[in-house]
Amino acid sequence: MSWHASVVKALKANEVRLVTYIPDNVLAPLIDAVHADPWFRVICPAREEEAVGIVAGAWMAGVRGITLMQTSGFATLANVLASLIVPYQIPALLLISERGTLGDHQLGQAIVCRTMRPVLQTLGIEHFAIERLEDVEFVVGSMAKQAYATQAPAAVILSPLVTKK
Amino acid sequence: MNRAELTRRLVAKLRRGEAVIGGIGNTNFDLWAAGQRPENFYMLRSMGLAVPIALGVALAQPARRTFVLEGDGSLLMQLGALGTVAATRPANLTIVAFDNGMYQITGKQRSLTASTVDLVAVAKGAGLAQSEWARDEAHFESLVDRALEAPGPWFIGARIDAAKPAGVTERDAALIRRRFMAAIAPKA
Repeated sequence: MSWHASVVKALKANEVRLVTYIPDNVLAPLIDAVHADPWFRVICPAREEEAVGIVAGAWMAGVRGITLMQTSGFATLANVLASLIVPYQIPALLLISERGTLGDHQLGQAIVCRTMRPVLQTLGIEHFAIERLEDVEFVVGSMAKQAYATQAPAAVILSPLVTKK
Repeated sequence: MNRAELTRRLVAKLRRGEAVIGGIGNTNFDLWAAGQRPENFYMLRSMGLAVPIALGVALAQPARRTFVLEGDGSLLMQLGALGTVAATRPANLTIVAFDNGMYQITGKQRSLTASTVDLVAVAKGAGLAQSEWARDEAHFESLVDRALEAPGPWFIGARIDAAKPAGVTERDAALIRRRFMAAIAPKA
């Protein structure tokens, strides 16, 4: 099974029905898959902050959601994570395609990539990088289960080892 | 017009468990002061995210009307959200923009709406065709009445004074969230 089909399977198994995203070339197959699948409500807003805010509101009203983004998009989220998601104890799911490492040609991506794990660690947000295709469904599903069971956000990092190797 | 007064008039019309998202600062202070309905969600930080949060609530519960109260500074920070609302077309969502042309809470610095930006024009340009400035208190009430009955999304702009808010929200984020969720929880 492809990595994106595994993500879809894990999201469905955990009743995740809302997908918000800011586009990313690496995530394109997953974005296409959720757009094509009537199980999901899919929204592409203008900024990652918005995408996270929509998922937060929907969860409080009873619908589970996930936000898809790339590394540089995550870098715009420190304020909303620190002032909304963490203190209000909202299990926002973040799926981040890891750019700026393992052969990226853009210096900006490489530098911003180095801010991601320190921010996640500083905010105490559970995160895990998937590096093997066979782990995708288990990790996405498990991170979702733990997020909802503990009312805490979770960030799943998709390594180029999964998406590009 | 006055934000606390308009907020009281709006809240007085809510009889069907409508959700209300209060944007940061004085906007949610006046929502708090208008009576602590459990269906109110008070933002303590995250400037600009009231509209996205309200959109999420409105999409998750299409049978419940949702209002979001924002200030001009907060809206200016996340203008793209107006386009997102227009594109997703939630019939149950109403955005109320309180505009005093200033960042009142940080020392009354002038905002862009004090010079060139017209928030109702921006909302219309974003695709929110049902956008209007309230001319006075009675007109504001009639716009709210319409938003409570006819399909949205609605955008109501209100030019307000620089009076201090009528209260201050309690700052217990987890309690605010739990109370809000319990009040709007879908019936099993």
